[in-house]
Amino acid sequence: MENIVIKTDKLTKRYGDFIATNEISFEVYKGEIFGFLGANGAGKTTAMRMLCGLSTPSSGHAIIAGFDVYRETEKIKKNIGYMSQKFSLYEDLTVLENINFFGGIYGLSNANIKDKSEKLIDQLGLQKEAKKLVGALPLGWKQKLSFSVAVLHEPRIVFLDEPTGGVDPVTRRQFWDLIYDAAARGVTIFVTTHYMDEAEYCNRISIMVDGRIEALDTPRNLKHRFHSESMDDVFFQLARGAKRGD
Amino acid sequence: MKQFLVFVKKEFSHVLRDRKTLLILFGMPVMQILIFGFALTNEVKNSQIAVIDYAKDETSRRIIERIEASRYFETEKIVADHGQIEELFRQGKIKLAVVFPQRFDHDLFHQNKAQVQIIADASDPNTANTLTSYVSAIIQDYQSGLTAGQSMPYQIKAETRMLYNPQLKGVHNFVPGVMALVLMLVCVMMTAISIVREKELGTMEILLVSPFKPILVILSKAIPYLILSLINVSTILLLSVFVLDLPVNGSVLLLFAESTLFIITCLTLGIFISVKTNSQQVAMLISLMGMLLPTVLFSGFMFPIENMPVPLQIVSNIVPSKWYYTIVKSIMIKGLGFSSIWKETLILGGITVFFLIVSLKSFKIRLA
Amino acid sequence: MRTIRFLLQKEFRQIFRNRSIIAMIMVMPVMQLIILPLAANYEVKNINLAVVDHDHSPYSQKIIEKVTASGYFKLKGYDASYEAAMPLVEADKADLILEIPSGFERDLVRESEARLFVAVNAINGVKANLGGVYISSIIRDFNSEIAIQLAGGAAVDQVPVIVFTSSNWYNVHMNYKLYMVPGILAILVTMIGGFLSALNIVKEKEVGTIEQINVTPIKKHHFILGKLIPFWVLGNVVFTLGLTVSYLFYGIVPEGNILVLYLFVDVYLLAVLGLGLLVSTFCDTQQQAMFIMFFFMMIFILMGGLFTSIDSMPDWAKTITRFNPVRYFIEVMRMVILKGSQLKHITVHLAVVAALAVVLNSLAVWNYRKTV
Repeated sequence: MENIVIKTDKLTKRYGDFIATNEISFEVYKGEIFGFLGANGAGKTTAMRMLCGLSTPSSGHAIIAGFDVYRETEKIKKNIGYMSQKFSLYEDLTVLENINFFGGIYGLSNANIKDKSEKLIDQLGLQKEAKKLVGALPLGWKQKLSFSVAVLHEPRIVFLDEPTGGVDPVTRRQFWDLIYDAAARGVTIFVTTHYMDEAEYCNRISIMVDGRIEALDTPRNLKHRFHSESMDDVFFQLARGAKRGD
Repeated sequence: MKQFLVFVKKEFSHVLRDRKTLLILFGMPVMQILIFGFALTNEVKNSQIAVIDYAKDETSRRIIERIEASRYFETEKIVADHGQIEELFRQGKIKLAVVFPQRFDHDLFHQNKAQVQIIADASDPNTANTLTSYVSAIIQDYQSGLTAGQSMPYQIKAETRMLYNPQLKGVHNFVPGVMALVLMLVCVMMTAISIVREKELGTMEILLVSPFKPILVILSKAIPYLILSLINVSTILLLSVFVLDLPVNGSVLLLFAESTLFIITCLTLGIFISVKTNSQQVAMLISLMGMLLPTVLFSGFMFPIENMPVPLQIVSNIVPSKWYYTIVKSIMIKGLGFSSIWKETLILGGITVFFLIVSLKSFKIRLA
Repeated sequence: MRTIRFLLQKEFRQIFRNRSIIAMIMVMPVMQLIILPLAANYEVKNINLAVVDHDHSPYSQKIIEKVTASGYFKLKGYDASYEAAMPLVEADKADLILEIPSGFERDLVRESEARLFVAVNAINGVKANLGGVYISSIIRDFNSEIAIQLAGGAAVDQVPVIVFTSSNWYNVHMNYKLYMVPGILAILVTMIGGFLSALNIVKEKEVGTIEQINVTPIKKHHFILGKLIPFWVLGNVVFTLGLTVSYLFYGIVPEGNILVLYLFVDVYLLAVLGLGLLVSTFCDTQQQAMFIMFFFMMIFILMGGLFTSIDSMPDWAKTITRFNPVRYFIEVMRMVILKGSQLKHITVHLAVVAALAVVLNSLAVWNYRKTV
């Protein structure tokens, strides 16, 4: 009740005959780290894009940050942050220039931008790289930078689409530190991933199989329910009969 | 060999999958041949000219009638004055003005000499020249008509015959020209971009790591475009013959053989560009912006090459479309055989080999 | 409004960082503007002539001399027969054959009438036309001279003669470059404006950064403006560069008001850029965008009145050119630079181009979807 930041009701996306996301219904609470799991092709990214206002649902409803997903997409966008699967900072701009740009786009004042830039660069340890082109950074740093830019304007929700793909375990750990940090500040985290160990880091997770949500609970409860030691196993049991995916 | 075909097949699927590009690849030459076949001409027709008649007498009226009757231009009679001419030129409304002074008739028959003033808008020298000569010819004609009764003796009659293109149709010049232009630009662009794209996206490395000679990888990219371009050539020829009434007086087989050679030349040029550049944007800017106007001008179908300053004539020799244009004209319009075009063919072959070698060298350096 | 400032900052930074693009934008147009007008020349001198003289009389000699002395023709062949001369035409070594039949002089003096035969390679209409016109006028001239000689001068004054004075305004020396340079500059500016703007949005699509843009609260029209303005500025820069080059290399100084020119160019750029942006909203890859723009450019350029005249086109083609922005640009360039036309003379041009700008840009904004 209090502080439901995302609420969906039978949210569906169809492409012709193909139903990518099939009547999913769930709620996300403020400050949660909500994991949106599923195999490749299960429909996670499609669902996320609808929640971000990037794609119009075929049917069903959703309220994000208090705004309707059909009629108030621009308002939604003011209140959310996003980090896409395909890296989306500008490779031919420097670290500072990217921060500057996105800060300005979200309406932060110049003083605010300056302040946040310094804090961000400190936090990430990018002092030496601040004036370098983003394209020259190693992947891990790009990811961390991308996340930090996504939460720069203190959005109510930040959507992360497979944020730690291709990155070494140490960097992944650091990345999740950043996520915890943001969650502690009150930002709700909505993260999709197919790394099952990351599921352990979330408050609650949902598992999508073939476009539907087959399970939604805390990691602990799920492991209990499926009599498993690990999330890997839970997932395996659920996704075994999946028709889509690898 | 079989593996090479696998590559070629992959390239074909890339090309065929991109509907929008395919539409342009096939549609463009067709559209252009049609438009240019029917719309472009070097003739000067339908220009607006103005006549100011201060004389308003019998003779001036007769001459003006003749001018108005001419199919070459549209005449507008102005009753007012000289001052308007400048305004009309400035508005771009007329290209030429003819002025008959007062007492024209009187001067002509009593003093045997009368003046007509022809003022041309020479900002376009070609039109100015041509219109001036048309109008002068009409007036001169009228004059000899006057004197006919007085038996002007000693007439030389010149009979003119137009060779190859008796109706002075623009298509005979433009179709070979546009063929050369479009084939060249499209082939160069397509290969250059498709190869650079793979470089940019990073998929090139995968291909290079395969147990293949890099040259085969690149050639496999060129082959689909070779086939597509040949299909284009056929379409263009069919259109030219059946819709534009342009004859193919020589051997069609020879035409196709030469076209294949020319396409290959352009593809190697495209390959060369792709080896030298790293981003699609640059490749595109070079092959489009850098080559469009120069190709139009140096092929020789818009402006005669012999008129250009010598250094530019030399430059035009390295533009492949210039040679192809000559070849197409010789075969299609003049109906000549290989013996007349072996030189041009050799040159095209040489250009191809040159680009191929240079590309290979650059490629190897890059890999090392 | 502030958003636009940030957008522009980003765009300009990206553009200036891209060395090769900058070089291409500055260097290529300048080089082309310097070299190409030298090549674009309809002046017909040096028409290659092959003569076949069956008569070998003083009169035939005279007429050959007269033709070659005119400066328009270069004697390339002197053959015994028409058949012998043809290979020259086939090899493009001769454009025209003048055949003087045997008995030419005799026929003229005794029968008062003689014939000459001219065969013209008519593939290239311009040469054929002008070549034919020149040689006819030389023959007519020769005719008058001979006639006067033979008639013993008596008949002359009794024949009414119409004399022309012909004046060439705006380009007294019939300098073809004055005609071509403004036109070529127009095309170069168009190409830069059109191609670059088309590639721009598509590049963001291809790379993926457009998703990040779509997820922010940036308004569609701000985004499009942010893409439009940098290239509008670049277009002006290239235009100014071009005018400078025209002055330095060709001594061309606009007869009319340069501000009028800039006014037109500024509106025109909006139209061309609008087209590029519209195209880029339809395409997914830079390759597609490029091809589509190429398609339009070819039509615009070849039907813009630069090389061939619009008046000579059939009516349906003329209608098409009414929508061709390049046509208006080329006309305005020539009118203002060479004839000193003023603002009131180009109101139609300005209006059409402005309308195109509004329509194309609106379509671009409308077609751009942040939410798919």
